[in-house]
Amino acid sequence: MSTIANLTERLEGALGKERIVSAVEELAQYAVDGVAPGAIVRPQCAEEVAEVVRLASSEKLALIPVGARSKCGIGMPPTRCDIALDMSGMRKIAHYDAGDLTFSVDAGMPLRELEAALAERQQFLPLAVPCFESSTAGGVIASGIDSVLRQRYGSARDFLIGAEFVDGKGKLCKSGGRVVKNVTGYDLHKLLIGSLGTIGVITRLNFRTFPLPETHGGHVASFESGERALAFRNAVEASDLPVANLELLSPAIAKITKAILAKEDGPVPGCVEGDSWAVYVSFEGSAKIVQRVAKDVERLAHEAGAKKDEPLDAGSDSQLGGVLREAFAWLRWAAPVVALFRVVLPRIMAETVGALNHTGDSLHGAVLVRACGVIYLSFMGEQEDERTLRTFAKVAKDVFVLAAGKQGHATLLHAPLGLKQKVSVWGAAPGDFSIMKKVKQAFDPDAIFAPGRYVGGL
Amino acid sequence: MGGEIRSLLGPDNVLSANEELLLYEFDGSVEKARPELVVFPRTTEDVSNIVRLAARYQVPIVGRGAGTGLSGGALARGGGVMIVFARMNKIIEIDLESRRAVVQPGVVNADITKAVEHAGLYFAPDPSSQKSCTIGGNVAENAGGPHTLAYGVTTNHIAALELVLPDGEVVRIGSKHGDAPGYDLCGLLVGSEGTLALVTEITVKLSPKPESVKTLLAIFDTIEDASQTVVEITAQGITPAACEMLDGWTLRIVEDYIQAGFPRDSAAVLLLEVEGVREAVEAQETAIGEVCRRCRAREVRIARDDHARELLWKGRKNAFGALGRLAPSNYVLDGVIPRSKLPQALTNILEIGKKYGFHIGNIFHAGDGNLHPIVLYDPRDSQQFKNAVVAAEEIIRYCVELGGTLTGEHGVGMEKNELMSLLFSDADFELMRRVHDAFNPDSSLNPGKIFPLSKGCGEIRIRNRETGGARG
Repeated sequence: MSTIANLTERLEGALGKERIVSAVEELAQYAVDGVAPGAIVRPQCAEEVAEVVRLASSEKLALIPVGARSKCGIGMPPTRCDIALDMSGMRKIAHYDAGDLTFSVDAGMPLRELEAALAERQQFLPLAVPCFESSTAGGVIASGIDSVLRQRYGSARDFLIGAEFVDGKGKLCKSGGRVVKNVTGYDLHKLLIGSLGTIGVITRLNFRTFPLPETHGGHVASFESGERALAFRNAVEASDLPVANLELLSPAIAKITKAILAKEDGPVPGCVEGDSWAVYVSFEGSAKIVQRVAKDVERLAHEAGAKKDEPLDAGSDSQLGGVLREAFAWLRWAAPVVALFRVVLPRIMAETVGALNHTGDSLHGAVLVRACGVIYLSFMGEQEDERTLRTFAKVAKDVFVLAAGKQGHATLLHAPLGLKQKVSVWGAAPGDFSIMKKVKQAFDPDAIFAPGRYVGGL
Repeated sequence: MGGEIRSLLGPDNVLSANEELLLYEFDGSVEKARPELVVFPRTTEDVSNIVRLAARYQVPIVGRGAGTGLSGGALARGGGVMIVFARMNKIIEIDLESRRAVVQPGVVNADITKAVEHAGLYFAPDPSSQKSCTIGGNVAENAGGPHTLAYGVTTNHIAALELVLPDGEVVRIGSKHGDAPGYDLCGLLVGSEGTLALVTEITVKLSPKPESVKTLLAIFDTIEDASQTVVEITAQGITPAACEMLDGWTLRIVEDYIQAGFPRDSAAVLLLEVEGVREAVEAQETAIGEVCRRCRAREVRIARDDHARELLWKGRKNAFGALGRLAPSNYVLDGVIPRSKLPQALTNILEIGKKYGFHIGNIFHAGDGNLHPIVLYDPRDSQQFKNAVVAAEEIIRYCVELGGTLTGEHGVGMEKNELMSLLFSDADFELMRRVHDAFNPDSSLNPGKIFPLSKGCGEIRIRNRETGGARG
């Protein structure tokens, strides 16, 4: 709860009653890892954000900016939270220069609405992220969550061209701009990506857009063994075919995927079964390109000894691709208690995947090898008891060590609170932590932004 | 201090005689500043020792690669020690499977590609000076090049860096495969123009060579038609790998120097390259051809073979050298505008030139709106030099007015630091300053760059520069 008694009154005085919520039941809904704010503020413009931050800064109040709150569980529990800054009221497209393929949008803009606006001009933003239906632009950037289109379009750092944000002193700052090429000043906006609100409150984001592909298609193949599936997956990656998404599903992941597809009454590809490894590839472009890539992928699947394989038309591709885009969302709730790791490795080898898959021997594990060297590794338990948590903690240690040993790294993308109390979701502090700490201090000298959530307790 | 550095590095790795230092008072910009010592480290440890020593003597430091920069980034504005990375030019590791190379900062940009092309890979950022500029300089300036239109600038191709901080501490940031937990420090460091740390090792991402490449030369009778073509190509969502424009005046000078095959009687040409899988290349080629014809292109030629392709690119990449034959010096500007505003921008830039008595040539990255107007001048004529600087600033201001920016790839350096307040507010500067100070609290690294030195924002002084120019 708030450290100052008259917080609500102070905030109401500054912004007006209609911007502030303090009903206990609403506050509970804004809790981040069980830490509920003392008040919720719903700013309507950047100046109001700055006003709240100035108040927080002068009173040393902790503040957490939130969007749709679909990814608030990423990171460590905050040490405190006085104010939740709900950005969802700021949802305008400030500029859209379709002819330049650039736009600026307020942080609270839902991706779904944005998608519709861009589609009118045959363009899109390649942020295909989980919880897509509710997510806001600002929340997605702050969470740093993976887009399933990374293989082709890169990550947000490759197409975020500028930002406006309020720093820890309550000043509205900007970096970058609205042109696609720009080296003027420090690229501070890159630091906002994945920063979980710890260095600034994002108020506006500038992106470059991409032309909507004419059409798309997919291919799915199943394999007797993880080794074969991985060999195929790596062959597709090495082929340099213009692939939009590439995912390898362990049998456990395939089983959940199949169940979700069936529930949605969508077509269930025969290759997505609960007892085999599967590889999904999607590609896009003109009909001719799609046809060509489909043919090459099919050939690679046969060469790799696929048990079964099948092409996916645009409809089936959307369906399966859509389910896998949401993997982060459904993996979290696939069992009563889940520890979900994100492992990044320079090279994905069969023995590594095997080792990861068998790390938690007594646990039910699932592996989803994604594009760009990212692996989602999920362990599922039946209940959040001390024994399970202890096992999880041991597994976490093993995964962190294994990743580090392969020149990679791992984080816990989702974990029960009890596990976060035993291990840091960020793993060991990185070698450049001293610099990160200084950067945090430069942006947020009073440490008011989401304290404790980030790497090394920042 | 000279003696201590000499015993540290050996006398062959230190320059201090005036005539030796003269060579290092220039880079590719129109600025000049002389260091007091020039040193050539061979290892990270050397760099760290030099930095510690300089800190003890409270002497400023500036890093330098090949000195091809165009904004004065590698000039010793504060005097002191210049660390030239030319002898730290080893390729440390090549990992073909992971498509990464670990290199020292003095490795020449094109040498990275040479080392990996046998495996069908290359390093994508391709500044025109790529045969001489170093990767360390590319990282400092976040260098671009013609093919960054499709593949991004240097920052999109860097995975990890080793830094030496101003107190001599060695730190590694980023990770080989990118995506390390924590703030994207590589994203901050790339393009920080040597004002935050010295970079001593770089892990670069390597890209696969495309299956198919086609180079097109679209020939126009008016500059307006050529620039309208760029607007249309962009608006249609066609992303060529490169889309360069040369105006008629410039291409004639280039033809005199290198017979690249640009038609002398044209008003402008677009040099376009499309890459990717065969089917995509064919489709793009057709689409671009249609746009060109709709925009009244006189002719669209397709380079027949690699030799014809290379010749066209040779013409493009050596254009600045060709211009050097016309006047004692040339001032290559670097501004960015929204691409849709290209036609009006080019007209207006020519007008600005006329006002100050210059014919301004244009040879630039049209596809991403990155202009490089060229002002030819004689540095011995102080009035002409002054006019060149005033015209340049007017052009850059105009880019900002159009919604553009000060620099697309050359950096701010000491060329445009006083113009920064056209874009940034006091609050922006305060934050950038705090970030700067987090790394470089005493401004001992590359002082006098990026940040405006004059008081009062919005009020731009014209610097009282010495007459002098590096190009020619």
